[in-house]
Amino acid sequence: MSAQTDKRHPYLRPIRGWWKRDRYYIRYLAMEATSILIALYALILLFGLLRLGQGEAAFNGWLETLRSPPSVALHSLLLLVFAYHSYSWFKVMPKTLPAIYWRGAKLPQPVITRIGVSAAVIVNLLVIILFTGLQS
Amino acid sequence: MKRSNEPVFWVLFGAGGMLSALTGVALVFVTGIGVPLALLLSPELMSYPNMLAFAQHWFGKLVIFAVIALFLWHATLRILLLLHDFGIRAGPASALIGNGLALLCTLAAAYLLLALGF
Repeated sequence: MSAQTDKRHPYLRPIRGWWKRDRYYIRYLAMEATSILIALYALILLFGLLRLGQGEAAFNGWLETLRSPPSVALHSLLLLVFAYHSYSWFKVMPKTLPAIYWRGAKLPQPVITRIGVSAAVIVNLLVIILFTGLQS
Repeated sequence: MKRSNEPVFWVLFGAGGMLSALTGVALVFVTGIGVPLALLLSPELMSYPNMLAFAQHWFGKLVIFAVIALFLWHATLRILLLLHDFGIRAGPASALIGNGLALLCTLAAAYLLLALGF
């Protein structure tokens, strides 16, 4: 985009291909791109809710679609994407928080990330255990 | 000074990011792999009567609404940032379309949940 769009910023530096310049940029984009698939998953659930309201036949159709190989493949990809989101979320978290002091010293960034990732592993496992417990 | 409405979107972004970081993997596994393939979980778990009962309970409604709405608000803010990074600047138009769609889906989820009754 180098077109003149704003009188106060007459020149916009071309930005095409900026993300190829540094591996950090690629990781940043991977983190941001998880949002596209997170939105897709929310829409899949919203559609399921819609079908639920339309009655048993409609909802069973939705369940049938979930059993199809493309859907299972998509959800396997979603699993990886959500895991990466989880990791990158807690990787970035210390940079977005004010400094935390514990026993008189600043809590190092990797410690905050490790606490976050551990919490994510524990809560995710608890949710799965809760669901396996619900069925018995 | 004109008050900015941005903090609202950032709070929703943060809440959705945290909820999906803590529960996303488990939810995708349960709804997309475990139940459809009967892996660790019984397909009965998400049968029509079970899901209807869940969605008619106030706590079930809250869970479903929080997951759908917060995941979407989280994703919307990041998608707008992503568009910005590729030269589509987050002007009023793209923000209006993005946030408008997220709001529309949020209202749809609320309406569908209320329509299912208690």
